[in-house]
Amino acid sequence: MDKAMSNPKVIMLYTLPALFLLLALIYVPIVQTGYYGLMKWNGMGSKEFIGLVNYSRLIEDPLFWSSAYHSFLLALFSTLSLVGYLLISVILAGKIKGANTLRKIYLIPMLLASVAIAQLWMKIYHPTNGILNNLLMSIGIEEPPMWLANPDLVLFAIFIPIIWQYAGFYILIYYAALKNIPESLVESARIDGATAWDIAWKIKIPLIMNVIKVTIVLAVVGSLKYFDLIYIMTNGGPNGASEVMASYMYGQAFRGFDFGYASAIGFFLLVICLVITWLIRKVTATKEEIQY
Amino acid sequence: MKKKAHTLAAAGLAALMLVTAGCSTSNEASGDGGGDGEKTIKFMHLWPSGSSKQHNMITEDIIEEFEKENPGVTIETEVLENEQYKNKIKVLSSSNDLPDVGVTWAAGYLEPFVEGELFAPLDDVLNDGLKDSFVAGTTEAYAINEETYGLPLELNIAPIYYNKAIFEEYGLEVPETYEEFQEIVKTLEENGVAPIALGNKDRWTGSLWYMYLADRIGGPEVLTQAINREGTFEDPALAQAAEEIQTLVDANAFNRGFNGLSNDEGKSEFMNGNAAMYMMGTWELPNYTTNEDVPQEFRDSIGFFKFPEVEGGKGDLNSWVGGPGVGLFVSENSEVKEEAKEFVKFFVESWGERAVTEAGVIPATKVDTESVELPELYIDVLDELANSSNLTLFADVQMNATVAETHLNLIQSLFGKEVTPEDFTKQHEEALSRE
Repeated sequence: MDKAMSNPKVIMLYTLPALFLLLALIYVPIVQTGYYGLMKWNGMGSKEFIGLVNYSRLIEDPLFWSSAYHSFLLALFSTLSLVGYLLISVILAGKIKGANTLRKIYLIPMLLASVAIAQLWMKIYHPTNGILNNLLMSIGIEEPPMWLANPDLVLFAIFIPIIWQYAGFYILIYYAALKNIPESLVESARIDGATAWDIAWKIKIPLIMNVIKVTIVLAVVGSLKYFDLIYIMTNGGPNGASEVMASYMYGQAFRGFDFGYASAIGFFLLVICLVITWLIRKVTATKEEIQY
Repeated sequence: MKKKAHTLAAAGLAALMLVTAGCSTSNEASGDGGGDGEKTIKFMHLWPSGSSKQHNMITEDIIEEFEKENPGVTIETEVLENEQYKNKIKVLSSSNDLPDVGVTWAAGYLEPFVEGELFAPLDDVLNDGLKDSFVAGTTEAYAINEETYGLPLELNIAPIYYNKAIFEEYGLEVPETYEEFQEIVKTLEENGVAPIALGNKDRWTGSLWYMYLADRIGGPEVLTQAINREGTFEDPALAQAAEEIQTLVDANAFNRGFNGLSNDEGKSEFMNGNAAMYMMGTWELPNYTTNEDVPQEFRDSIGFFKFPEVEGGKGDLNSWVGGPGVGLFVSENSEVKEEAKEFVKFFVESWGERAVTEAGVIPATKVDTESVELPELYIDVLDELANSSNLTLFADVQMNATVAETHLNLIQSLFGKEVTPEDFTKQHEEALSRE
């Protein structure tokens, strides 16, 4: 068996199916999407080659850039929220009472389907019957905000459930990473007189830096291509006030029947994600390998 | 990696659809034509047994009857819910894999399919005696370049439904003029009742209000001509209609937060008795007549009136916004085209006989009100239809998809007061002249 596994040909053979699937389902479509972006195509009928027209239209499209701005805002807020998650995880990973239960509570939103979360929050935000506005009215605010109808508020109103939705995921990752730190390190620090703050700040967090970097990439890239709650809760509205890049792409393709342009957006979105990922890796690169 | 899976599934869904669409370029038409007389017609529709029980039942019955009358022909159905149906049809058509028979919408929606030569002209079916049974103006909405590509199943107009109980409570009467209507709005608003239920997240809901104002102020042709480019969207009547919308918004005529509510959410304000009026297509009629899930008391208290005339306007009371709803198409590349056309004809005929009595759908074919047993409200609507002076097709259906998107977004901004009436018409004109 070992012999077989060390044979390069056998290794090739075993990786081929996965490679094939990856090529067929991910890479070929990516190339095709880029290619369709060069076409004037309504999704059916014949395609007409128009070169880079779709891409130059994209550069000049204020609606696209406003949706891109919204996506970047979401990325910023998701990244900032990581600080909070990290804090919670450090506390949970310390030996506090009920940590186990709390961890489960934080995880619950992650178990809900996006559609359920969207429905739930639409009820919460309902302008007249929602819990939130009822609460506000009961404390004397007569004209509580219309969360999903007010173009100045809608984006932030949707950010809250999005960030809430993924809390459990990041807390779980941080929690697992923190639990991986050998107890002996923490103990020896404590013997040397380090406070809880010192232990968290100078020992635990530096030790899980690699994990933190990964979560930053996940949060940023995940935000840039975010789609579900926005699609369900507002469909990008009112008038594009909550549009993000992915929902804009969807709208162009399936409501505007402009698959050529939508493909260009999709391809551009991929490029943005790649560049941003590369940038984050670059900025956060460190030489030393962390070893326990 | 849950997050990754999530977002991939979501953003990827659309992207994947784009690409899977392109993956298969086969030109095979569906259907197992040939082979010892056995034929299969693939039929895709959007009435799942759960959410459209009545429709589904009638459809099943019609299919069964057709199969009985045509031995050797089997109908294979695929059922999807509305939005999914729309998406799937798009994907299937880009890979040239449409079902033999399916459901489509009129005018602007139809255009790309016809340009792509995906739908078969159905004039031969129509001229085979079927044409006379349709209400005038319905099949026309499915005609492009003088050929008809779909046979409509439904016909809807949009009246304003009102809650008689609320009207009575505040001593209100059905308005004859727009000024009276504004008075009603004012009275209701002062008494803390939301005058009009509206869910404008869906945008076409607000478009109905705008269309009526445009019609009553500028006459039945002005909007249609602006869209088909015989006229201009910068017609003063269209700007004035936009202004009136904002006057209504300022008067708090619509329920709070309407721009963030879906049509269903808006509707529930009316169904709960929180709002006094609601403008919607006649597909809502079952909720006010036969639907057992709605309390009898509520159903009995609902009436409807026509959008009142605006003083000095050119429109008249009997002009309606509405149009045929869904229709049936036959795929151009079908291998069983003849059988498919037979089926479509059979379907339209049987549907017309049963739809209104069993599902409460007003069919696009003529209904003999004498011979069928119908709730009062239906008879009234059918009579109104018979007396109508004009039927303006829903604006977003008249327009092609790109312009429709612009129109719908502008409607939302207009109601949200993020755009001035001048910019509203200007941006429409720009979008329309670009096409």
